[in-house]
Amino acid sequence: MADFTKVSRAQLFSFRGIVCALFICITVMAYGAESVKDVQLERRVNAVASELRCLVCQNQSLADSNADLAVDLKNQIREKMRDGASEADIVAYMVARYGDFVLYRPPVKLTTVLLWGGPFVLMVLGLLLLVRRLRERGRGAAEAPLTQADHARAAALLAGTEAQGEAATGGKR
Amino acid sequence: MIRYAIPLGLFLLLAVLLGVGLTLNPREVPSPLINKPAPAFSLPQLHAADRLITPKDMQGKVWLLNVWASWCVSCRDEHPVLMELSKMNVISIVGLNHKDKRDDGIKWLQQFGNPYLLSAFDFAGKVGIDYGVYGVPETFLIDKQGVIRYKRIGIVTPEIVREKILPMARELERG
Repeated sequence: MADFTKVSRAQLFSFRGIVCALFICITVMAYGAESVKDVQLERRVNAVASELRCLVCQNQSLADSNADLAVDLKNQIREKMRDGASEADIVAYMVARYGDFVLYRPPVKLTTVLLWGGPFVLMVLGLLLLVRRLRERGRGAAEAPLTQADHARAAALLAGTEAQGEAATGGKR
Repeated sequence: MIRYAIPLGLFLLLAVLLGVGLTLNPREVPSPLINKPAPAFSLPQLHAADRLITPKDMQGKVWLLNVWASWCVSCRDEHPVLMELSKMNVISIVGLNHKDKRDDGIKWLQQFGNPYLLSAFDFAGKVGIDYGVYGVPETFLIDKQGVIRYKRIGIVTPEIVREKILPMARELERG
């Protein structure tokens, strides 16, 4: 106790500071090297997991899901990647067990042609329909001769007295 | 007339497509394991931790691998069907106790009865992953050469036993 009173306040504070700094140093040294690697690994695991569908909760990716199976699978992926597995290895591993269904981007195969091609087929069909419609309409407009009433309405519009023109055509159009 | 027939036809087509879609179960994902060799494993038995069980032990037999757990609620619904099937003595059922506690699993079988020839104890669930298990219960029908011939996701019903498992097993037994 007697010794302690001799230490000035300032000394005490600086001593505390050193201890704190030491602790921080030790912590950082312990984790530093490992955690940089871990962060990289975790990033890769997450990137692959977000491309894979969780089978228990089908509208979530493995990365988003906290379901029991999803957690197990993420651990499995992490383990395999730590052992040097590539992204393609992981995807092949998952497809071998759960089928193409686990992929959010299924491969182009005979069974998935409609899935990949369908939207484009629909778009082409829609465009063809549109072109046909527009052509028909264009032809229709060119061929339809202007009636007396149309001429009257056009004249009224040009004269800036549309209200009268409308009355003249009987309020049509 | 044709003006109305086209939208009506499109509507009917869409209705039929959606109608068929409603009758499908999105949880039943086709398994890539059908007609592939059953993944190998070596696991301790549920009742004897020091003894191992592997699919090779069943070579030369047509058998069922049923994935179950004491925590699995629908396994209880399925259980009487498996009991009935095991009493018929036509096909061996091997259990895969999935992510369970050993004591809980043993107690569950004591309480409800044991339809299994043996049960493998898959505490970590890794064998389950190799078999693509994602919804317990699941059942695999495996032939004499150790090839998976049929997979059922969800409970095995009396209809499935009657219409799928028994006819297929009979067929495989002959072949």
